[in-house]
Amino acid sequence: MLTKKVKSRITFLVLLLSVTVAIIFFIFNSLKENIVYFFSPTEISQELNISYKDTIRIGGLVKENSLRKEGKIINFIITDLKNEIIVNYEGLVPNLFSEGKGVIAEGKLKDKKYFIANKILAKHDENYMPPEVSKALEE
Amino acid sequence: MFKNFLPNKIISLNNKLINYLLFLMIGVILLGLTFALFLSPPDYIQGDSVRIMYVHVPSSFIALGCFAFIGVASILNVIFKIKFLPTMAKSLAPVGCIFSLISIVTGSLWGKPTWGIWWVWDARLTSMLILFIFYLAYIFVWKYVKNYKKANTLSSAIGILGLLNLPIIKYSVDWWSTLHQPSSITLTSAPTIHYTMLAPLIIMFLGMVIYSIIIFLMRYKAELMKLRIEKKNKR
Repeated sequence: MLTKKVKSRITFLVLLLSVTVAIIFFIFNSLKENIVYFFSPTEISQELNISYKDTIRIGGLVKENSLRKEGKIINFIITDLKNEIIVNYEGLVPNLFSEGKGVIAEGKLKDKKYFIANKILAKHDENYMPPEVSKALEE
Repeated sequence: MFKNFLPNKIISLNNKLINYLLFLMIGVILLGLTFALFLSPPDYIQGDSVRIMYVHVPSSFIALGCFAFIGVASILNVIFKIKFLPTMAKSLAPVGCIFSLISIVTGSLWGKPTWGIWWVWDARLTSMLILFIFYLAYIFVWKYVKNYKKANTLSSAIGILGLLNLPIIKYSVDWWSTLHQPSSITLTSAPTIHYTMLAPLIIMFLGMVIYSIIIFLMRYKAELMKLRIEKKNKR
């Protein structure tokens, strides 16, 4: 049913597409560090050559009972439930920033366990529910 | 079903069907908005800004869906040279383009109160912006390349390349760490949206799909008529 012309076009497209997909895959693989928006505390602890000069982003959960506010200065711990990093920040935080919730901090590492942030973003998860349901779930 | 989209059928399509769809759309959208704005509860963390989702998520779905159609049509067009496929894809492009823009703008409006920032260059947001640029490129090729054959080849190439971007958008939140949250609605597991919020989302999605079909049918009919007139003038 398929003519020779059609067959050759299919072969051409399949070849072209597989080459393109392979190229895209290799580009993304080599750029992985640039595409990820933030690192987890575990990734930071495993990373051998960390730059202490570059601005980076770390993300995870704000550890329960770790939030301390003194005026405008805020200290808290970002955890991925395996490793932790203490974060120091001065400024305003988003409304959704709170203990137990997702957070992303942008700034510089002082050492592997201490991070000076100059920007705080709240990360929302994929769960949506009414307040009554969330209350019922907690109880 | 497929035969209904052949040029002759579409050109003889009267306004009755479009009017019928229009009434249906208004009904569904009004129902969806009533649920989305009044009947559905606020979210336990986001509060009322969750209502932006009822426009944002359907828009993103439709933007991706339209480009999936354009991409597949482009592939079939390159292989089989079916005349009416590029015209169908061309008529669908503006719908998808507008919805990708709506998705980005509403996402931005939601991001400010939720994340604390309008825009970030994470994988999801960037790949969505690239989709919008693909739409623009696709539309501009049809608009500004006057030679039909050239425009057809170029736009098909854009459609096929853009198709590769779709899985990147879809899985960006799983493959890389992003600020954007992962999908709440997946094929493999139960949705993580409470049903009181899922209902308005689905109704709004239906309404916006009907809107897309209306705009598509009107455009497709107009494009086919344009082609006929051009053909006649050439003789």
